[in-house]
Amino acid sequence: MDLSLDNFVVRAVIAGLGVAMVAGPLGCFVVWRRMAYFGDTLSHAGLMGVALGIMIGIDPTVGIIATGVMISLLLLALQHQHRLPSDTLLGILSHAALSVGLIVVSFMDQVRFDLMGYLFGDILAVTRTDLAWIYGGGAVLLGVLAAIWRPLIALTVHQDMAVAEGVARLSVRLTFMVLMALTVAVAMKIVGILLVTALLIIPPAAARRFAGSPESMAVITVVLGGIAVAGGVAASLTWDTPSGPSIVVTAALLFVLSLGAGLATRARA
Amino acid sequence: MAGTSLLTVRGGTVTRGGRRILDHVDMHVERGQIVTLVGPNGAGKSTLIKAALGLERLDEGDVIRAPELKIGYQPQKIIPDHSLPLSVRRFLTLTQAAAEAQLRALLADVGVPHLMDASVHTLSGGEWQRVMLARAVLRRPDLLVLDEPTQNVDTAGAVEIYQIIARLRDDIGCGVLMVSHDLHVVMAATDQVYCLNGHICCSGHPSDISHDKEFQKLFGPAAATTLAIYPHAHDHSHAPDGSVAHDCGHDHSHDHYHTR
Repeated sequence: MDLSLDNFVVRAVIAGLGVAMVAGPLGCFVVWRRMAYFGDTLSHAGLMGVALGIMIGIDPTVGIIATGVMISLLLLALQHQHRLPSDTLLGILSHAALSVGLIVVSFMDQVRFDLMGYLFGDILAVTRTDLAWIYGGGAVLLGVLAAIWRPLIALTVHQDMAVAEGVARLSVRLTFMVLMALTVAVAMKIVGILLVTALLIIPPAAARRFAGSPESMAVITVVLGGIAVAGGVAASLTWDTPSGPSIVVTAALLFVLSLGAGLATRARA
Repeated sequence: MAGTSLLTVRGGTVTRGGRRILDHVDMHVERGQIVTLVGPNGAGKSTLIKAALGLERLDEGDVIRAPELKIGYQPQKIIPDHSLPLSVRRFLTLTQAAAEAQLRALLADVGVPHLMDASVHTLSGGEWQRVMLARAVLRRPDLLVLDEPTQNVDTAGAVEIYQIIARLRDDIGCGVLMVSHDLHVVMAATDQVYCLNGHICCSGHPSDISHDKEFQKLFGPAAATTLAIYPHAHDHSHAPDGSVAHDCGHDHSHDHYHTR
């Protein structure tokens, strides 16, 4: 069997593990800070990023990151008015961006555009360039996250307390939002726009029961995410199921198992 | 150094939604001092604290903080999300890294050495107050800001917490700005009490009750030396809408800005 990067299965597994490593810690914050809807908004806006990127001739990944950052800034600005709640604002941004993306796509009849690939991802079609994006971007991302880790956890526990004790709220939050945009851009390649949030929130939800600290939860999340990716790829190859949904279903099964483990522990206690 | 000014609020005024929450409030905290803020619900105590910490903007007036002022802040409530696993050990080091020995000494100081590995989600009201206090002093702040540190604690527990605060103040040499939920009973070591109800109604020293036989009988000798009564010296009363009604014929012993 060919275990080099020429083998598409090897590329798929390596890509998936890379994404799990990045999505794990970020996904924990999505759960802790109740930002699932924000993840959805970023990934929906991703389609607009891809479409606009192709239209003006830049790399689609750059397009995704750029729209993600723009949407984040727009959200921060809109949150300064207090009449409408955040989830309403996110709903507006999310669906407006998705619709703009779909309309732009409909005009692109000359270019081959694999809409299903973007919506559901295709880990088995990962290229060497994608791998470079995932690992290069992932390393930068984890480095920056490590640098803002303590202040970001402090802000998550109690914002006023953290700010009173010297945490620079705005710059930490902005940095975190850019990291989210990067993560979504990377994870979209694996599970697609519609399932990115699932990859972000299901592994941490499964990890919660086994974790005693934020740090251990992030590590356990990475491990569970890796298992979900490997299991999903294996299932996809064995039964010829779509890869993105197979990964998400595997993650969901891990979550169910974690519930069972919890019940078993409680029964023994 | 005692006597160094840490924090001054001058003419602090906050209006939100057409309602004046703080009205030309003056407040001052020096190093080594314990300042207690009392007042009824909705008097603006938390708003004043937040303005002093720079968390809330003043519409008029100034907040002057000493340069490089290091603050330890214990908010009224911290409710960490249950999805976030958080032991006491990790909670203590939220904004400041620390060695294990230092954390142990600190928890022993506040009387809960056994809670190091407990989840913060399982703590009782009194334990939580002690752990929050320990966290706020870990960074050896210049100014310790405590928002109702004896909330959800019985009188005996409050006496112990006040004794801990006094000891920590002596140890670190910080200033303490504290909100009390009790209008009349404050920490005996308090140097200055401000009674707030939108504006500063009165301010002064608490009365010594350490020799009060009745109080000793009711709450015990430790309580009598740790707690003190604050005799309010108001020259006015508040109508239900918060506006000020002066009782005529009184000497108005201090200035107010009555702009309402």
